[in-house]
Amino acid sequence: MKKLWLIIQREYITRVRKKSFILITLLSPIIMVAIMTLPALLVSFAGEDQQQSIAVVDESGVMGDEIDNNGKLIFDVREEPLEDLRKRYKELGFDGVLHIPKLEGDASTVKVTYYTEDQLSLSLENSIERVVADRFEDYKMKLAGYDQEVINSFKTKVALQLKEQYVDETGQLVEKEKKSSAGVATIIGFVAGFVIYMILIFYGAMIMRSVMEEKTNRIVEVIISSVRPFQLMLGKIIGVSGVGLTQMLAWIILVTVLMSVVGMFISVDPASMQDAMNNPMVQSQPPQMGQLEEMLDIVTSQNWGYIIPVFLIYFLGGYFIYSSMFAAVGSAMGDDLGEGQPLTFVVMLPIILSIIMISPVIENPNSSLAVWLSMIPLTSPVIMPARVAFEPPLWQFLVSAVILLASAVLFVWLSGRIYRVGILLYGKKASLKELGKWMFYKD
Amino acid sequence: MNILQLEEVVKTYDKTVAVDHVSFSIPKGRVFGLLGPNGAGKTSLIRIITSITRADSGQLFFDGEPLKSIHSERIGYMPEERGLYKKMKVGEQLLYLAQLKGLEYRDARDRLRQWMTRFEIMSWWNKKVDELSKGMQQKVQFISTVVHEPDLLILDEPFSGLDPINTNLIKSEIRELNRQGISIIFSTHRMEQVEEMCEEIVLINNGRNVLTGEVKEIRERFKENIFSIEYSGNLPVELDALDFENQQFSIISKEDHSLRIKVEQGGDSNDLLRFLIQKGVHIISFKEVLPTINDIFIRVVEGDKTRDEG
Repeated sequence: MKKLWLIIQREYITRVRKKSFILITLLSPIIMVAIMTLPALLVSFAGEDQQQSIAVVDESGVMGDEIDNNGKLIFDVREEPLEDLRKRYKELGFDGVLHIPKLEGDASTVKVTYYTEDQLSLSLENSIERVVADRFEDYKMKLAGYDQEVINSFKTKVALQLKEQYVDETGQLVEKEKKSSAGVATIIGFVAGFVIYMILIFYGAMIMRSVMEEKTNRIVEVIISSVRPFQLMLGKIIGVSGVGLTQMLAWIILVTVLMSVVGMFISVDPASMQDAMNNPMVQSQPPQMGQLEEMLDIVTSQNWGYIIPVFLIYFLGGYFIYSSMFAAVGSAMGDDLGEGQPLTFVVMLPIILSIIMISPVIENPNSSLAVWLSMIPLTSPVIMPARVAFEPPLWQFLVSAVILLASAVLFVWLSGRIYRVGILLYGKKASLKELGKWMFYKD
Repeated sequence: MNILQLEEVVKTYDKTVAVDHVSFSIPKGRVFGLLGPNGAGKTSLIRIITSITRADSGQLFFDGEPLKSIHSERIGYMPEERGLYKKMKVGEQLLYLAQLKGLEYRDARDRLRQWMTRFEIMSWWNKKVDELSKGMQQKVQFISTVVHEPDLLILDEPFSGLDPINTNLIKSEIRELNRQGISIIFSTHRMEQVEEMCEEIVLINNGRNVLTGEVKEIRERFKENIFSIEYSGNLPVELDALDFENQQFSIISKEDHSLRIKVEQGGDSNDLLRFLIQKGVHIISFKEVLPTINDIFIRVVEGDKTRDEG
């Protein structure tokens, strides 16, 4: 046991200390959070910066001077002719010229033109449309004889709240607490599945290379004259799993910290909060920032206390199965990676299959395909974490996890049988059949 | 008392018999040569002794007890193809290997410092192995083999790739270790080293033990009654003929003022001396030529081959 521990330590420490490991571990979450939040942040900042001063040429007479959309849109009704303004709006300190033509007929559609040199963001375009449409609405209602007060009282703010519910065995209605969003579950599913897929291949290849290296530079003979080959293989697999866990824990912590920093940064935005309080009408149309906030809210309201442990179980189970197979394949190879290509491919086939099946599974997370693939231990490490955010029944987890862990033990043992023969054989090109035979060699 | 004893050891891989009923024993404190051509089964034997693999049948005893894997802590093994972790630092690597051999951390560290100081390589402690030359790496490997003070040292081609200075350094270390009572198995096909280092040998061919015994005794056993003579002046005409031969003697080779003469069965060195003096040869030196282990090796292995073919 002491020797196994020594091996685990060495495998762990030599890898964790590498510069490349430290760099990848620290940079990946930063890049990930950046990719997740930057577009939203950019849009919202861009929106804020794009305070548009708009000169209005209003032939219809619906518009007054006004400020709208968190103070981003300033409308100034001008008397100058349109052509004149279009030439001189910059001198006058405007960003563009809005032309509202005379109303004709019932004016169910009005063509309004905005002249500017700038690019307009989609949200700004929508805001302008909305403000003008509002004015038309008011105007038409006034024409119909309503007071402004009455008009205001017509307006209703609707907040749609989603409550997931089901009827339990006793006929009771049960409401689910969390804010559910199929979109978020889909994203979590894809991310979880892909992360496991990448980890299995990345760390599997790492184990395989390490085994090959030990074999080709013959250190393996020195070491297995002190410990049993199985101990060496197991120590290597456990040590590298520690590396993987370290990396993942670092990622989880870093992403959580970074996300909450970003979240704080966004929610504490006094200007927008005040604006929202002063102007209830604007509140009904939340700006971009609110959407990001809402997304963060949904993300944090996921049942992470459940998702993360499940993720770790399937990561570990899958990791032990695949890395032991990669170790066996590595032991059968010389220093020529190409020579082992067919064997490597056989090992990778089920992982690749799982990643192909991840789309249909997420689209229909309770289909029999999804259930079956989460029972087979070669596919469940990718498929089950992909389903986890959709909260499949507990019994499926239990059955699948037991199958997975039992298979992990079996695979490690069988791979150990191949490994102990493979590492001592040189110059022999091993076929799959050969590997099978090695399992039954006596010591 | 034997440090190692093998009885009828057999090991089969797939369909090839790598070790075929091999028996021999190594007395404590001996330098023992394990010889054989490539593919004879030396490595298979060593792997069985080092508990890397297990014999299919037969028995092995280490220091009187049946061999178990725990004994590997009392064995130091340096494989022919040296192996170290290239990216690992020398000190860390040696510590790791020493602890795998059962040493405690502190103990391992202290002993390694002693060894590295002795080899004047203490400054390499924090160097990565792949920064070292091949000869330097061999020194490191040697230390890793002996640091746990094994009772039995197995060296597979220990001098391959070493320059003469390092060869001598390792040789003198091996002798020193042997003087301290450590038994050594020396596996090689460099026969001049065998004669220089080994007291006893076993010759393995085709997985079988074809020759065992003390080096001196074996050379004695394989001697062909050949004598080398140096003389001054001229040889008598009778002997000057290149292919001189009579019932008792035959000239094998003739060089500048030296002869090699084989004494046929029934005769001895005194007969030859008497014969030469009688013929008026002025003898300066006279000594018996014993076959080198190399000669014996070739003869036995070739003989084995013809026997197998016949």
